Amino acid sequence: MRFMLLFSRQGKLRLQKWYLATADRDKKKMVRELMQVVLARKPKMCSFLEWRDLKVVYKRYASLYFCCAIEGQDNELITLELIHRYVELLDKYFGSVCELDIIFNFEKAYFILDEFVMGGEIQDTSKKSVLKAIEQADLLQEVRHPQTHLWSPQNTPMETP
Amino acid sequence: MGSSEMCRDLAGEVEKLLKTSNSYLRKKAALCAVHVIRKVPELMEMFLPATKNLLNEKNHGVLHTSVVLLTEMCERSPDMLAHFRKLVPQLVRILKNLIMSGYSPEHDVSGISDPFLQVRILRLLRILGRNDDDSSEAMNDILAQVATNTETSKNVGNAILYETVLTIMDIKSESGLRVLAINILGRFLLNNDKNIRYVALTSLLKTVQTDHNAVQRHRSTIVDCLKDLDVSIKRRAMELSFALVNGNNVRGMMKELLYFLDSCEPEFKADCASGIFLAAEKYAPSKRWHIDTIMRVLTTAGSYVRDDAVPNLIQLITNSVEMHAYTVQRLYKAILGDYSQQPLVQVASWCIGEYGDLLVSGQCEEEEPIQVTEDEVLDILESVLISNMSASVTRGYALTAIMKLSTRFTCTVNRIKKVVSIYGSSIDVELQQRAVEYNALFKKYDHMRPALLERMPVMEKVTTNGPTEIVQTNGETEPAVLETKPPPSGLQPASQNYLQILEINGFHAVLFSTGIPSITAYNKNGLKIDFTFERSNTNPSVTVITIQASNSTELDMTDFVFQAAVPKTFQLQLLSPSSSVIPAFNSGTITQVIKVLNPQKQQLRMRIKLTYNHKGSAMQDLAEVNNFPPQSWQ
Repeated sequence: MRFMLLFSRQGKLRLQKWYLATADRDKKKMVRELMQVVLARKPKMCSFLEWRDLKVVYKRYASLYFCCAIEGQDNELITLELIHRYVELLDKYFGSVCELDIIFNFEKAYFILDEFVMGGEIQDTSKKSVLKAIEQADLLQEVRHPQTHLWSPQNTPMETP
Repeated sequence: MGSSEMCRDLAGEVEKLLKTSNSYLRKKAALCAVHVIRKVPELMEMFLPATKNLLNEKNHGVLHTSVVLLTEMCERSPDMLAHFRKLVPQLVRILKNLIMSGYSPEHDVSGISDPFLQVRILRLLRILGRNDDDSSEAMNDILAQVATNTETSKNVGNAILYETVLTIMDIKSESGLRVLAINILGRFLLNNDKNIRYVALTSLLKTVQTDHNAVQRHRSTIVDCLKDLDVSIKRRAMELSFALVNGNNVRGMMKELLYFLDSCEPEFKADCASGIFLAAEKYAPSKRWHIDTIMRVLTTAGSYVRDDAVPNLIQLITNSVEMHAYTVQRLYKAILGDYSQQPLVQVASWCIGEYGDLLVSGQCEEEEPIQVTEDEVLDILESVLISNMSASVTRGYALTAIMKLSTRFTCTVNRIKKVVSIYGSSIDVELQQRAVEYNALFKKYDHMRPALLERMPVMEKVTTNGPTEIVQTNGETEPAVLETKPPPSGLQPASQNYLQILEINGFHAVLFSTGIPSITAYNKNGLKIDFTFERSNTNPSVTVITIQASNSTELDMTDFVFQAAVPKTFQLQLLSPSSSVIPAFNSGTITQVIKVLNPQKQQLRMRIKLTYNHKGSAMQDLAEVNNFPPQSWQ
């Protein structure tokens, strides 16, 4: 995988993870272009498109578009599964995840992604172990900063701003 | 993501970590190793010893990352590939266990255990089995098993099947397995899910070269996909359809493709039109069908046809001699209604110019001849000239056609003369020049008119495409000689230029000539140097000059050195000479090749310096060469 983007239907970028070092300017350009193309797609169209020399796999969950750019020889269908697995992980962690969870806890979303995918390839195919790793990281955080942690997903209900 | 220096430094650490007992660390180490190898491929051997036990892992995470590592190594190095081939049986066993084993909740996705790992293993098997019979044989069974046992109701199952199909196609599988794979793809095509259909079409496109017959069986489904609403699917289906056209199905396929051309989005029309032309050229069952198809394309998607298609079409029409009357009649009818589609109008005006007499005499055999008078024909050509929609090139075609008709028509010559003289003062420089020249033809060279404007001969197919020639506007025309047509004898040189203008206008394509006259650049003291010229087909600014030096005295000239200098805007490249001795009595020559780059197309001039030994004394001479023929540098 080259990169993964999460953006809302209004065109706001929520998450971006790049697996190949690219200049900032190029990144911005690519994000803008790709968002335009994907948002222009109609709902019934197929989830794959060709863009520059990469294949782009995208899926829409509620108000968020999950977009992955893969290389020529990668399997598109399994990438769809990858996206779904990531969403499942987020769901398990946040408990019925919605876009707001990702907005307010974006660093956790990044942690989960980093535990699941590294260097563009899947690290662990077992949901349990990924979540276990995140839990352990959370515990470490709590131990080190017991006063400063403002919220943890288990005990603060989210208020809609 | 580390840089290559960081990778080099840390590679040792990573390698150690690969061997630790902590599986969490090991899987991360494996992916680090992948990244290191991507950045610095030479470090691959470092990780080789650690990979020995990788496949014995129980932990799926580590197993998965190890397979990724092995895949990366095998892709990068053929030695590694050979080394890891022996792992094929082990991989097959792991895959088998995955399929057969019971339900494992943590790795399960919709009833299939660890699809990610399955897909990865299949991919590694693909790389290992490519071009290797033994490995491929070892995999046959498991591939068949996966292909038949995987559930296809969910996307996951299809993902695995897709990877399996790709693997089967790539390795040296037996034919039964290949047929199985194509059938799976055929089933994908019927699936309701668009993604699956897209994936199927893409894979079929890849396999159509090798397994043509098997793919043909699914032709009707593919053609149905042309009617799908999704743009990506339509594009794939179109490409695949073109790949599937052959002598047997060409009529049916063309019908579908023409219908598609009618209804598809504008971005496809150009590609579709070109594809139809190519396919029609290769497989046309009859000349009439071919011309009908071309007509259909020109009328439906006329404005999207590529510019270079027009000369090709014209050539095609010239070559089908017996169809001239039919063609011109149909073209005439086509532009009567609508003359906005430029390529159509261009082809039509050219044909009417050439075969107008057939049109007026009503000689058509293939269909009902229509009654057309000369005035009606001129009416339509004049409206093309006047219309705002016509491009400058199209107007040029129309004017030339009108001129040609002056010899073919009998009662409307005066009208033609009037039209031609009006355009003598047109704002468009191209039109003006043509009109002026044609006017001159009427006034001063009227006796030559019939010979000049006679019918074009059948053209031979030119393999190299020349760019469209723009006639010089200062009156100095390019005497570009056509390869196939020798200039008719008995014509004076001045009129040859006109003949060639008309031919250039007619073809709108230049066939690069090989007939540039050679010159004698230097002739003194018994030393004669001739230049022969060749223009490069790939780079129009390059002229290749071959010099031949000969010696007519009774003693040899030795240590002959030829040097040349050109003005600043040129570049010169001198290749080595054949020898440095010119034998006496013209019994031999020295040849040397000079390449001149003339990007600004300026008049070629050269100063040459010759040094040689003759009759015991050293001779030296400087000379200027100014008599280069225009074709060598224009």
